[in-house]
Amino acid sequence: MVISNKPLRFIIAILIACLPIFGLANTPSEDTPVQTETTAVAHEATPVAGEETSEIKQQIKEVIDHHVLDGHEFSLFEDAATGAHYGFPLPIILWDNGVHVFSSSKFHHGETVAESNGNFYKLHHEKIYKTDADGTLIEEHGHPTNAKPIDLSITKGVFTLMVVALLMFLLFTSLAKSYAKNGGISSGFGRLFEPIVLYIRDEIAIPNIGEKHYKRYMSYLLTIFFFVWFLNIFGLTPLGINVTGNIAITFGLAVITFVITTLTANKNYWGHIFWMPGVPTPMKIILAPIELLGVFIKPFALMIRLYANIFAGHVVLMSLIGLIFIFKSWLGSSLSFLLSFAISIIEILVALLQAYIFTMLSALYFGSAVEEHHHEEAH
Amino acid sequence: MEIPKIVGAGLVVIGAGIGIGRIGGSAMDAIARQPEATGKIQTAMLIAAALIEGIGFAALFAV
Repeated sequence: MVISNKPLRFIIAILIACLPIFGLANTPSEDTPVQTETTAVAHEATPVAGEETSEIKQQIKEVIDHHVLDGHEFSLFEDAATGAHYGFPLPIILWDNGVHVFSSSKFHHGETVAESNGNFYKLHHEKIYKTDADGTLIEEHGHPTNAKPIDLSITKGVFTLMVVALLMFLLFTSLAKSYAKNGGISSGFGRLFEPIVLYIRDEIAIPNIGEKHYKRYMSYLLTIFFFVWFLNIFGLTPLGINVTGNIAITFGLAVITFVITTLTANKNYWGHIFWMPGVPTPMKIILAPIELLGVFIKPFALMIRLYANIFAGHVVLMSLIGLIFIFKSWLGSSLSFLLSFAISIIEILVALLQAYIFTMLSALYFGSAVEEHHHEEAH
Repeated sequence: MEIPKIVGAGLVVIGAGIGIGRIGGSAMDAIARQPEATGKIQTAMLIAAALIEGIGFAALFAV
């Protein structure tokens, strides 16, 4: 069964367009229980509309936070009116003079104190603090100063990472096997990825790295491209899983690119940084620290670019969807809906584009690492 | 929300807007001159635009 790229995009676009329907799960109502400490510090009161608008704004803020921030349990949505949560708990793994493993359901969404091997832990704004049996948090300037155990839990983001890794593994191994079974021609859903793989090889890897060395880097480039692309698309769903919009994740990806570039670099690479040929000697001494800085800034920019694009996109999209609820009129809400629909389409493009940019810049850096020496031409 | 921060963020966005606008303009000129190179020009334009947009997000750090 072949599905080409265009209907798939259209289906994804329609699904994203139905995003506002999921927002209805958290509809503000008159008897909404006031949320915990956050509402107490709400400075969002608008003098004109009064209490109701600020309450809606507070709820929108909570929905956005739930969507873009990582969480210790996988909560899909909660019914504000009845207080029922829908989702599933994830394992909490702590290192605190010994390993403590328990389920996040012990925290009851941040209300109770979890007990494990005699230690008590409390969840406060998605951070785990060590407390006593009552769950007292010693606060200072609004932040608790209790001791924090080393938190190695399987959070929402880690869980999604594993799911995407498994998905990619199954997809591509079945695609690879289908080549052997079918005599050189692939079959199945994976056929959709073959032109993309060829594109990465012919347009990204070979022009940037060169014919001689590109094969060593192909596996990493392909992995990075599909990994970032799939994670970006997953983040656009209303499930609230925002992985590439998490600076720790993009930091990890940028670090891997940096490590590969540094470890596979040849003498010409270091020569171009510290003692660039064809430049007068005083300039070489001035340029060397700048080039060294550039070695670190280039992966740093990779990290910031992906993180900011995806994070900002999500926040803007969620805010526009929240705008539908702030405008309680037919005209305002429908215009906000159309605008958020348009922005969703752009976000799909951005998902692919950012994956492509990350891959292409990684290939560029690898290419500069294995560049052969060019003899300068005589003037 | 201090005024200088907001003004700074606005300037960053203006800078990014001018940069991407100029790239778009040059890409249009180039495509008009040589329509058969449209694919390559579009690819290069998107890459340059994404790079400039990456800097544009520095505006978020002001807020």
